[in-house]
Amino acid sequence: MNAVDTQHSDDVAETYEHYAAEVPANLVKLHAKNVDFFYGKSRALYSVTLPVIANGVTAIIGPSGCGKSTLLRAMNRIYGLYPGQRATGEIILDGENILDKRMDVATLRSRVGMVFQKPTPFPMSIYDNVAFGVRLYEGLSHAEMDRRVEESLRKAALWDEVKDKLRHSGLSLSGGQQQRLCVARGIAVKPEVLLLDEPASALDPQSTAKLEDTIVGLKKDYTIVIVTHNLQQATRVSDNTGFMFLGRLIEFGPTNELFSAPKTERTADYIGGRFG
Amino acid sequence: MASLRRVRRTITDGAFTTFCWLATGVALFALGLILWSLVTQGIGGLNLDVFTRPTEPSGSPGGLLNAIVGSIITCALAMIMAVIVGVLAGTWLAEYGGESLYAKVIRFLNDILLSAPSVLVGLFVYNILVAHVIGHFSAISGSVALALIAVPIITRTTEDVLKLQPTALRESGVALGTPHWTTIRTILWRSAGSGILTGGLLAFARISGETAPLLFTALGNQYFSIGLHQPNLGLTQPISALPLVIFQYALSPYDDWQRLAWTGSLIVAAAVLGTNILARIVTRERRPS
Repeated sequence: MNAVDTQHSDDVAETYEHYAAEVPANLVKLHAKNVDFFYGKSRALYSVTLPVIANGVTAIIGPSGCGKSTLLRAMNRIYGLYPGQRATGEIILDGENILDKRMDVATLRSRVGMVFQKPTPFPMSIYDNVAFGVRLYEGLSHAEMDRRVEESLRKAALWDEVKDKLRHSGLSLSGGQQQRLCVARGIAVKPEVLLLDEPASALDPQSTAKLEDTIVGLKKDYTIVIVTHNLQQATRVSDNTGFMFLGRLIEFGPTNELFSAPKTERTADYIGGRFG
Repeated sequence: MASLRRVRRTITDGAFTTFCWLATGVALFALGLILWSLVTQGIGGLNLDVFTRPTEPSGSPGGLLNAIVGSIITCALAMIMAVIVGVLAGTWLAEYGGESLYAKVIRFLNDILLSAPSVLVGLFVYNILVAHVIGHFSAISGSVALALIAVPIITRTTEDVLKLQPTALRESGVALGTPHWTTIRTILWRSAGSGILTGGLLAFARISGETAPLLFTALGNQYFSIGLHQPNLGLTQPISALPLVIFQYALSPYDDWQRLAWTGSLIVAAAVLGTNILARIVTRERRPS
């Protein structure tokens, strides 16, 4: 099943069974169109097209190595840190192609935030962790900054747990709290889109539940893309789901439809637990 | 057969463990002997004069003040130069150089410099600074020679500890829209701080006992050469340093000079030991709970 001759994969790309639900263009915040991705010479994405709907949660699921994280990492061009990695095609954010060379990546990344698999608090206080990104872009007064930090921590559902120890090191928090701190840090700069790369994979069930509540709560202010290998999580938090396999988008549609009545055999096999 | 093999394994294991213990014992015994002779021979000469009087001809009540101050000044200047160059070079290697040919060449040359005999470094600086640029022996030349020895140590440690920082930490900084360079300065250096500091202190420990590179550069000075009234604060004149005085006095036929050499050695050893202990304490305190 996993063995595909990558040398002939272009031919395969023409013939694989796929399905994508229609989405009204005015609802789309971020649109990946025919995105190809290369790690040096090896190809990781094959003409992936995925619409991300504004003020909703879009989940990307699929077996390990299917390219779901790669797609996510193209959406804020974080791959640009590594020479040899490149993406072609288009990723349209509010009418602008972010893969365009002229796009300023720092500005892009302030508009498209990201939270990673493992919690990565910066080696500084909880307060400074949240204020870090804000200080780069805005000259807020002390009072304004205090308010911004509180607001972000509240949205990340962490405020009540840390309000009395804002000056403590971010590293002193538990794993689940650290991850919500990273979410707070990400939303403090007021991005439009938030990318979550398997944000709960290093957390215990209780912390995961809290984080999922946080994600659902953030939906009204932000557009969220979440990569997860936990199918239940995708059904719990997302409105739309994209299923990827071997670097291709196999199926995209509303989450309840994709899980209850998958249109392609591969999707049915994957969510039915027959592989992956 | 099986039991025979087991017996053989047990014997091999025992022999190897014993050998390791013995080797450790020999090393520790040698170290202990050195420290013991340093303390027993050096502690007798330790008095206030050592720290308050400059070196004097044999027979006069002299101390090591000029040598101690000279060592502090040459080492401090060297460390300022070496930390700037070493930390930046190590950062470049870890964050920007990657596996490019240029980075590989730099890394290779740095490793060679790391194990270069220090006397060569001294001769190199002599040829350039002493013989041509400045024209005579000077404190500055000594500092440059010491810095050249410290730079590869700091470069290497900085590169290593930065590479140990989790990729996700680097990416989280960049993902906030922080330019890579700002991420390095504000997040990675802080996160790797204790490691970089340890590298710096190790380099300091290394150069504080170096004699050979100073022989051709700082030369040594019988008098106290540093002062506000001196041209260039005395930095362009030959300067004394503990290793130089130890070298000179230990070879002398005079008992009082030889005793001062032992005391000087004890001071250097104590300073090195002190910095190493300090490095440990600082590293432990800054480790996140």
